[in-house]
Amino acid sequence: MIKIEQLSKRFGDTRVLDGIDLNIEQGEIIVVIGPSGTGKSTLLRCLNFLERPDGGRLTLGSLSLDLASASKSSILEVRRRTAFVFQNYALFANKTALENIAEGLIVVNRWPKAKAHARAREILERIGMADKADAYPASLSGGQQQRVGIGRAMAAQAEVILFDEPTSSLDPEWVDEVLALMKQLAQERQTMLVVTHEMAFARDVADRVVFMEGGRIIEQGPPSVLFTSPQDPRTRDFLRKVLPADDALSPG
Amino acid sequence: MKLLDLDYMLGLVPILLSYLPLTLGMALAGMVLALALASLLAVVRVLKIPVLNGLTLWFISFFRGTPLLVQLFLFYYGLPQALSFLTAIDGITATIMGLTLHFSAYMAESIRAAIVGVDRSQTEAALSIGMTNGQLMRRIVLPQATRIAVPTLMNYFIDMIKATSLAFTLGVTELMGATQKEAAGSFLYFEAFITVALIYWAIVEALAWLQRRLEYRLNEAYRR
Repeated sequence: MIKIEQLSKRFGDTRVLDGIDLNIEQGEIIVVIGPSGTGKSTLLRCLNFLERPDGGRLTLGSLSLDLASASKSSILEVRRRTAFVFQNYALFANKTALENIAEGLIVVNRWPKAKAHARAREILERIGMADKADAYPASLSGGQQQRVGIGRAMAAQAEVILFDEPTSSLDPEWVDEVLALMKQLAQERQTMLVVTHEMAFARDVADRVVFMEGGRIIEQGPPSVLFTSPQDPRTRDFLRKVLPADDALSPG
Repeated sequence: MKLLDLDYMLGLVPILLSYLPLTLGMALAGMVLALALASLLAVVRVLKIPVLNGLTLWFISFFRGTPLLVQLFLFYYGLPQALSFLTAIDGITATIMGLTLHFSAYMAESIRAAIVGVDRSQTEAALSIGMTNGQLMRRIVLPQATRIAVPTLMNYFIDMIKATSLAFTLGVTELMGATQKEAAGSFLYFEAFITVALIYWAIVEALAWLQRRLEYRLNEAYRR
């Protein structure tokens, strides 16, 4: 289980995250929604220490630490136990699809190269990219790059995969294949924390939807409840803007 | 009188080529040492290591701001006077020293620019999977920075090969010094210097060819 308590982060004078409390059960799929600039991405980046939180506690299984004063070694530990999928894919440009997936296993987990490559091939198979093992990122489509990005996160066998708007940079034609892969992971009960604007994905896949605004969690609940009967006016206001007028997202 | 004594020129080529190992040896030694020093300076600059960063700036400013010839004379004639334990610094050592310090000042800046030029997302991705700073430099940033830096570094190497000719002013008989001696013996200055010019040109062209091959290989991952 993952437990986030009173996570806070400021950029200069701006309070980007204001006391976030969030528990994530093993195998749970949580989708975070909310207006732009409300700290959703920062929340994810803080959990991976790509941003240094100013305060709060994180409990990750047996590991529990104060986020503001975390030591170098515990930061590495947290990064090894969480995996990150970037909006812009951020594949290693000098490495092939196979090497991108195997890199962490070789360098971080110190697996022998042959074992890591065998594992990477299994993952390529699962993400439907077996035929692109030796392709470099520059020669792949956006959708293929993001699938490899997800493959890289899968290789880490992390306790949670953090998805930071994984389809926002994609041309529309590639969005579905990435969402399909994420659904596949969800069916395997991979713990996921997903920031996205794909409301249909949130409705179909999430166990719980979290609505954030102004650096706080305003409201959370199962999608069937949150999308149909939001309690807070800010949630209602946001959903009115992002959901189609004919309420195409109502459960069904 | 002939316009150009081709037989003399052809006869000169093997004589001059026997000095090629010294010329290329000084350039290679200078390049290897300059690369090592420049990488250190670049890392100091990128990481902004206190005190060292300031010293690095002064170092770069001085060795970029003064002529190589002045630096060579300073090492060869000046230093042994100032530091008595350096009584015998030979011309070759002084040349390699001068080339190293002079060119490392230039190269440090292009290596720094190359490191900074590697996309920030690459660093974040490496950190996100739990790499240490050292691992991320070795596995991700430096290989990509190399690709960015190679064209300019090769240019410096080409420049350095030609700059070894200044060693003749320190009494070293390398390619240029040998030509000078041959010309003085035959009085065929035009032929002698045309010949040596063609030899330098040929070396540089061979290197340019190598550079293109190297760049092609380094760009492999970036072709669509």
